[in-house]
Amino acid sequence: MCAIAGFVGVPGRTVEDRATLERMIGTLSHRGPDGRGFHLDAGIGLGHARLSIIDLATGDQPIFTPDGTVCTVFNGEIFNYVELREELRRLGHRFHTASDTEVIVHLYERHGDRFVEHLNGQFAIALWDSKRRRFVLARDRAGIRPLYHATADGRLWFASEIKALLAAAPSLGALDPRGLVETFTFWGPVDPDSVFRGVESLPPGHLLAIEADGRRTLTRYWDWTFPEQGSARPFDSIEDATAELRNLLVDAVRLQLRADVPVGAYLSGGLDSSGIVALIRGFTKTPVRTFSIAFEDAEFDESAHQQAMVRHLGTDHTTVLCAKRDIGEAFPTLIRHTEAPVLRTAPAPLMLLSRAVRAAGYKVVLTGEGADEVFAGYDLFKEAKVRRFWARQPESTWRPKLLGRLYGYLEHSPVENAAFARAFFGQGREHIDRAIFAHVPRWTTSQRALAFLSPELKAAVGPWDPLAFYEARLPQDILRWTPLARDQYVEAKSLMAAYLLSSQGDRVAMANSIEGRFPYLDHRLIEFANRLPPQWKIRGLTEKHILRRALHGLLPDDIVTRTKQPYRAPDAQSFFAGGEPLDFVADLLSAGRVRAAGYFDAAAVSRLFEKCRAGRATGFADNQAFVGILSTMLLDELLVRRRERQPAESLST
Amino acid sequence: MPSDLGHIRDKVRGYILQNLLFTDDASQLPDDVSLLERGIIDSTGVLEIVMYLEETFGIKVKDSDMLPENFDRVDSIARFVARTVDAK
Repeated sequence: MCAIAGFVGVPGRTVEDRATLERMIGTLSHRGPDGRGFHLDAGIGLGHARLSIIDLATGDQPIFTPDGTVCTVFNGEIFNYVELREELRRLGHRFHTASDTEVIVHLYERHGDRFVEHLNGQFAIALWDSKRRRFVLARDRAGIRPLYHATADGRLWFASEIKALLAAAPSLGALDPRGLVETFTFWGPVDPDSVFRGVESLPPGHLLAIEADGRRTLTRYWDWTFPEQGSARPFDSIEDATAELRNLLVDAVRLQLRADVPVGAYLSGGLDSSGIVALIRGFTKTPVRTFSIAFEDAEFDESAHQQAMVRHLGTDHTTVLCAKRDIGEAFPTLIRHTEAPVLRTAPAPLMLLSRAVRAAGYKVVLTGEGADEVFAGYDLFKEAKVRRFWARQPESTWRPKLLGRLYGYLEHSPVENAAFARAFFGQGREHIDRAIFAHVPRWTTSQRALAFLSPELKAAVGPWDPLAFYEARLPQDILRWTPLARDQYVEAKSLMAAYLLSSQGDRVAMANSIEGRFPYLDHRLIEFANRLPPQWKIRGLTEKHILRRALHGLLPDDIVTRTKQPYRAPDAQSFFAGGEPLDFVADLLSAGRVRAAGYFDAAAVSRLFEKCRAGRATGFADNQAFVGILSTMLLDELLVRRRERQPAESLST
Repeated sequence: MPSDLGHIRDKVRGYILQNLLFTDDASQLPDDVSLLERGIIDSTGVLEIVMYLEETFGIKVKDSDMLPENFDRVDSIARFVARTVDAK
């Protein structure tokens, strides 16, 4: 795990280029505190900050081919590097290090840009081919490791985080109205957009090549794809599929345990993370240390389930107890790392958790992230199933009652009142034939925050149809897939890649130099699960059915049969104590400051502020708007304004 | 004496504007617009309105009255309140 940054394009003076590269990497030292490396040549600069995990002795980057013509810096892990090295050695390649990095340049020599198809891992790669003077950026399939780029001053600049780009090209330091509106609607900007004007994210599963003449080619080398509706079953029986799934899970965990440092794991108390720990205990000899978050507030707390798992698995375990105030106080640091607004505070406790992991001497944790997307665990999928079932007979009164079986864990459940549940979940029925059908209720709730935008920002965005906008970025053949497959695709891109793996994943782990690993997102597992019939994932209204079968016998029955409880944390209430706002909240949401920033309507924000202060904001929409507005103001303060006043390096803390 | 429907309607509209739409601009909320369809209230929004009505007008909203037809428009909320107050 590490950070990368650099440029390609118009040659400059070496001394200045070196200083720029060091400035860029300097903003990313939290990602790589263990060492730095640079490569500079006419028109190319590569920088690397290292977090040593594999090959502690000789794994420094950049790494070259033996003839010195191909060079790479990369952030992440290539989990199958052992197998790849063996294969390449047999073919006559000579290796100088024991690192996973070195396989990248050798694979490139042999396969060109298709090198990336051989990698099983989580990565953001920059590669320079000096003979052909071509430059390549590549990002992992699921979007686990970030990679941004921007064009300024005749160069393409790239970096693991946006703050490094801003250190090189200050002209990029403005928030983009379109990126903000996308984030407030879909929870994260839609690929390739970011919330900074002129800054693009390289989408997951993509490779960008820049030739000597400046020509750019963006290639999608991998995507979540699903069989057409009505295709023949790929397995004779669910028993066969379950057996294959179990083998794949064991292998994914085995590969992701590869490290030359000890490995920890998160335990949420649910099926997914418990499954990972059970697989480690049951099928490897790796000792595992576990970590979890507990909340003071019972509505969010899962510690009883976590403790049950700890007893069952017998792991050495650390619990971090999180109070509302901890979340509020950690929030500015969080937003400096997310570099995007967030609509929930849920990433903050995870940042506190990674701090505890670091304090315990660990650099790597395995988590259960991804299982809900790959095996259809979210309520959204079940809700869409009921809504579709109901839409076939809109007059039915018993069909919508199935919704009563969802959301039991909420204090203010949207299905508490049957008549209103019908009214809410009946909405959007006219979109039933569209690929975004399942997501309409969520996006409608989030979008209520757009009412707080200032007239100027609304004008800058112009007329905007969020559903049509999202559809235009979906694969052409998506409507030939089953409804569940469509829902999974949109979820994997909108919530998972753009938010969960970023603001709630990479950023909160790397904030404390911790590398997260996600066995459920091994691309072989995704490809396997995507071929399964939908009823093997959601059976009736039981989610992740086949995963439960595959983990049967490894976990206590009550964990295997437990209904998913989504991970949540206290939202607006985290920013007030005894009816008074935390200091930074009062400052940033004051009418003068909101007006000066120009993103929001100051009068509307002060009403929302007052409602939250008085403890009257109980619904998702108000809480999301509040957290979204506050995080945008923090972004403005930390990455737009303060950067103008201070040198870039000071932002790295 | 029957309750003043116009007065109730103004108070309800004012509450929804300030607490759910966060504005004073009455043009944002015509009397006959559907609060549900426009996404102005969700399930917790309904609970907020019920709490406000009970505190402000001294009424009790029974479970059997928790129906979309009573709460979907400013106008229908005002009529519901007037009916309930008069029946006391």
